[in-house]
Amino acid sequence: MKQIKKLVLGFLASVFISGVQAAGGGIAWDRAPDRTNDFAALQNGAKLFVNYCLNCHSAAFMRYNRLTDIGLTEKQIKDNLLFTTDKVGDTMKAAIDPKQAKAWFGGNPPDLTVIARSRSAAGQGSGADYLYTYLRTYYRDDTKATGWNNLAFPNVGMPHVLWELQGERQPVFQKAMSHGQEVQVFSGWKQVTPGTLSARDYDSAMADLVSYLQWMAEPAQNTRVRVGAWVLLFLGLFVLVAWRLNAAYWKEIK
Amino acid sequence: MADFKEISPDAPAGAKLMNWVDNRFPATKMFKEHLSEYYAPKNLNIWYMFGSLSLLVLVIQIVTGIFLTMNYKPDAALAFGSVEYIMRDVPWGWLIRYMHSTGASAFFIVVYLHMFRGLIYGSYRKPRELIWVFGCAIFLALMAEAFMGYLLPWGQMSYWGAQVIVNLFAAIPFVGPDLALLIRGDYVVGDATLNRFFAFHVIAVPLVLLGLVVAHIIALHEVGSNNPDGVEIKAKKDADGKPLDGIAFHPFYTVHDIFGVSVFLLVFSAVVFFAPEAGGYFLEYNNFIPADPLKTPSHIAPVWYFTPFYSMLRAITTEMMYVLVLCVAVAAVLAVLKGGLNGLFKGVVAVGAVVLCLVMLNIDAKFWGVVVMGGAVIILFFLPWLDNSPVKSIRYRPSWNKWLYAVFVLNFLVLGYLGIKPPSPINERVSQIGTLFYFGFFLLMPWWSRLGSFKPVPDRVTFSAH
Repeated sequence: MKQIKKLVLGFLASVFISGVQAAGGGIAWDRAPDRTNDFAALQNGAKLFVNYCLNCHSAAFMRYNRLTDIGLTEKQIKDNLLFTTDKVGDTMKAAIDPKQAKAWFGGNPPDLTVIARSRSAAGQGSGADYLYTYLRTYYRDDTKATGWNNLAFPNVGMPHVLWELQGERQPVFQKAMSHGQEVQVFSGWKQVTPGTLSARDYDSAMADLVSYLQWMAEPAQNTRVRVGAWVLLFLGLFVLVAWRLNAAYWKEIK
Repeated sequence: MADFKEISPDAPAGAKLMNWVDNRFPATKMFKEHLSEYYAPKNLNIWYMFGSLSLLVLVIQIVTGIFLTMNYKPDAALAFGSVEYIMRDVPWGWLIRYMHSTGASAFFIVVYLHMFRGLIYGSYRKPRELIWVFGCAIFLALMAEAFMGYLLPWGQMSYWGAQVIVNLFAAIPFVGPDLALLIRGDYVVGDATLNRFFAFHVIAVPLVLLGLVVAHIIALHEVGSNNPDGVEIKAKKDADGKPLDGIAFHPFYTVHDIFGVSVFLLVFSAVVFFAPEAGGYFLEYNNFIPADPLKTPSHIAPVWYFTPFYSMLRAITTEMMYVLVLCVAVAAVLAVLKGGLNGLFKGVVAVGAVVLCLVMLNIDAKFWGVVVMGGAVIILFFLPWLDNSPVKSIRYRPSWNKWLYAVFVLNFLVLGYLGIKPPSPINERVSQIGTLFYFGFFLLMPWWSRLGSFKPVPDRVTFSAH
């Protein structure tokens, strides 16, 4: 009986804990502000994406002219965002040579088209939460080949591309007791050198960039929700009609 | 052959047309036989909605599938990109794709509920054994259809899920490795696998599925629906030969089903439009990463509808084999001592059991895991002959049966949950107990289904007007 109790308790415990322990290796994720409906934020995110990410990462399933969905004209796209191609109908291909990328970073930078969808994890947060945390938790680590490390993605291969904006930071750890053992607990950041953006502005810029990545992962998402509302409204009425129709016929069944 | 019917030249055009058709094709006859003069019990409850809903989902899957095929490319280098192309560049492609991916999960939800209905009301009992057997075959075909369809988006989960499951076949003694090779068409899951799975998914299995569905419905219309009371309505007929408790399927159950369909579509659309990933259960997050044969994900789990069976597969460890051997030994001893067999059969049972135990101990547990997983589905086929209860419906069975069925459902859900989680010692133990319970429920049914005091079954169905 004791054994069974232990099993049941253990099982229940595992149900509640499993979400937490899956985090393995990174810190808890911050919640990303959702700006996928905010055109100004998305446009700023697109600009950051093209300027900073697209050098090494492709978004091979995303066409430049899809950016018209977030309020840009084809001329604006052509004038401001096309660097590797001159056709707005092209997909977003990185400038980097994959062979060189492999030599420099030890692997090919992943395609970012649907990165925001693939990084979601049950119990931890959405892919946007992960990316928002990841882009804000770089720190100097001289033991790494690139000189950079990351709290959300330990031993990351990518250097801190946005360091000029954010400046250099160091994580601060405090000693704490956990299960009778002394452990290092992350407690905050220390700014080492200033960036061109204040901490607040940097967070906001990253929120824009992440919202853009989230939008790019599924450009139809706003249409989907808008259409969905009408579909549900229609079906709601249809349910009422079907319900009364059914009742009208079944009245005579005694 | 029916006689050629003449119709008055003054008849309305519609009647003339129908007369012309009916003289050449039994349209009106079939309409009457299967709808307007097909009598169904009037006490069917909400549980009886899921059959027609399964048919609806089948139609959704076929129609959306046809449109997906127009832009999908079954090629390892292009498949992932073509799905994103459908999601982005094909007008309304995202809707078609989400309907298809949500439809896959919805199919299993309605089919599981449909099967549960059959289980509690004894719909598999005489004379409906074949309906049940066809239904189990549909379930099996559906599993094959879903498994092969899941490879097509060519994401990481697609790829590694297929790799894991196909490798299971390699555990079969002697023919295993060759069989796995035959299924994959290559030494690892690759382009050849994708192409053959595509062929099976879009034509071979759907043909089988449709044929089985037709057989399922023909068999049903031959004997008529069971009902929550498990009373045969054909036993009491009026002067015209119409069952007293029967009502015409059309219009009464057509309007019923229209109502059911409207509610189902409301829920279905809520998922399609507002949560197409369903928290990573309907569309797994990992599957948004293109398949990479060199990068094994840290945790591979099948989609939720397979996880109860996957749990049972994982439950079979070398340790568990000793328990199973013990079960076989106990069963054999009981059969010999209490089975009332004559001397020869006693010997056959004893020798058979010893041989089986030896084989069980000498072949890798992985193989028996595959046997158990397959057996968990195959055992359903035998349900009509395992149930010895004097009544059909759970309504008139001993009260404790309700608890037993509740535990059975809970057990199935727990197994499903454990199949999603990474393995752990506790989870392994729980899934082993769950597996024993699942098989115990069916294999011991010939005995437990006779126990307890049964309530009197009424002559007519119980029905209160709505």
